[in-house]
Order: sequence, then structure tokens, then C-alpha cells
Amino acid sequence: MAVGLVIVSHSERLAEGIVELAAQMASGQVKLAAAGGTDDGSLGTSLAKVLSAIDQVYSSDGVLILVDLGSAGLVAEMALEQLSDERREHMLLSEAPVVEGAVVAAVEASIGSSLAQVAETARTAMDMNKIGSGQPS
Amino acid sequence: MAADRAGVLAWLRRSAEVIRDQRELLTDLDRQIGDGDHGTNMDRGFTAVMNKLPEVADTDVGTILKTVGMTLVSTVGGASGPLYGTAFLRAGTALSGKQELTAQDTLIGMQAALDGVVARGHAERGEKTMVDAIAPALDALRASIERNDTLHETLRAAAQAAEDGATATIPMLAKKGRASYLGERSINHQDPGATSSALLIRAMLTGA
Repeated sequence: MAVGLVIVSHSERLAEGIVELAAQMASGQVKLAAAGGTDDGSLGTSLAKVLSAIDQVYSSDGVLILVDLGSAGLVAEMALEQLSDERREHMLLSEAPVVEGAVVAAVEASIGSSLAQVAETARTAMDMNKIGSGQPS
Repeated sequence: MAADRAGVLAWLRRSAEVIRDQRELLTDLDRQIGDGDHGTNMDRGFTAVMNKLPEVADTDVGTILKTVGMTLVSTVGGASGPLYGTAFLRAGTALSGKQELTAQDTLIGMQAALDGVVARGHAERGEKTMVDAIAPALDALRASIERNDTLHETLRAAAQAAEDGATATIPMLAKKGRASYLGERSINHQDPGATSSALLIRAMLTGA
């Protein structure tokens, strides 16, 4: 088993796209679930989708939740409050940017790292320089 | 709002009407300093609330308010979903089992709602949010109760304070939410969340 990842976004397509991208890096070892858009697929967030996504990927190895914007974080926090005490202890909510964070977290999770380690690695995505010396001057 | 379960239902119905009537205004305010969906989101939320209410109309004030909260968080979609959702959930918990409400109960409910909004969103006064309407309304409610005003006078004082609070957000710099991404461009616009909060608080006067 490995740490699972939940991707919360205001966009259904964005969440699914990030799951697709991150899954490519995870060699099939990691459970990922998308929780994007409202229940009817419009832009926004859904508490129900977040809870369902957590349920899909949960194991005692834990789950890292990544979110696109602050309001997605609010819904993620509400979801955590609804979990059993036991499950909540194996959940972490990431500050990382959602795309880069998901990708590095997926790699870390795929090598069997702990939830704390996966979360720490996701955090490093905040400082990533993805554009190198090719920056136009 | 007569101080009982029927009054709470009347308030919620009036709230849904007002939100629908002011939907364009709210969306417009949100277009200027947000993602332009506050009116649409709130209208969707309160329409869903109206559809849900018959199921819980015979219960108690606490259950009704908690149902409103859960419905809003499932349907409103933006940050307002979790924020208003938590407000109503906390108010409902504080007023569990109640069939009638004293002015003091209204205070307890509104305090619980504000505490919920602050716990969820971490906003303080002056950051250009719904807190800037609700906190002054709560102050006015408390002061009015201490003066032993009638319930109608108390609710009127709260509504006026909420409206003044919403207007007072105009010169503020947004520190929270989508508007905070705009920086100084958020100045000189009234906050949509404070505006919708003031509308809901004004609606409490229905039937009072």
C-alpha cells in the first residue's frame, strides 16, 4: 500500500487532468482521486466529491490532499472534520501548488514513503524553479 | 421574525426571495473583485434550501439551521459554501432542540455563526469580508438586548449595523478570498459576501 492522493479543484477537468499527469509519474503504485467542480460539474467545489475521493484512496498509510485555491482548502477542511477520528489522523492537507505538488507527491508516494515524507516533498514544490536559464530576457 | 420555528422558516423563505431579487447585484459586485458568481451561487444554494425545508419544517430550529448549512455547503460552490455552511451549522448546533427563541437565543445563534465563519475562514474585521457585516450586527444585537429593546427594535438595529458594515467595506483592501488576488484594485468596491450577509440579516425582520 502507499499514501493516497486527493486532488481538489474548482474545475472537474483540471482535477482529472492533474490525476492523469500525476498517475503517469507513479508507476501504478499510488491511488489518486479527483474531486473537482460542483456536484453538477460547474466550476466550484463539492464536499461530497471530496469525501468520496478520500474514501476511494484511503488506507492506513494515509492520504495527502492537494487543493487549487484557498476556498478548495475550506471544503477540504470541512471534509476532514466529517471523518472518524481514526481516519483523520492519517490525513494531511497540503499547502503546495496543486499541479507541481501532486506530481512530486505521486513520485514520493510511489516509492512507499510515509505520509509525512510525501507531505514534506509536496511542500518543496512551493520553491521549485521550473523555468531554467532559457528565460527570455 | 417572530421568535419561534415558524418565524425562522419565514426568515429563510424571505432570505431566498431577497437573494433571488438581488442576484444580479451580488454577481456584479463579485465580477468586479472576484470570479463573478456570488449571486448565482447564493441563489442556487437558497433554492436548494427551499426544496429541502419541507423535510425538516416540523423538527426544531437547530435541525432546520443545520439542514440549511449542509445544503449550502453542497450547493453554493465558492468559498461562500463552506463559510455560510459552517455559519448555519454552528448556529444550528447552538440552538439544538429549540422551538421558540428569545432575543438572547438570537444572540447565541449569531455569535455561533460568526465564530464558525472566523474559525473556517480566519478573517478578522477590516479584511473586506462577510465578517465586516456580521460582527457589527452582533455588536448592535448585544447592545440592543442590554437596553431591553423589543425584538423588532433589536433586529432592526442589527440589520442597520450589517448594512453599514457592508458599505464600510468599500474603501477596504481585501485580505481574504479571491478579491485578495486583486490587491489595490479591490479598493472602492463593496464586498459581495458582506452584502449578502447584510441582506440575510435584514431579512430576519420578516414577520417581526
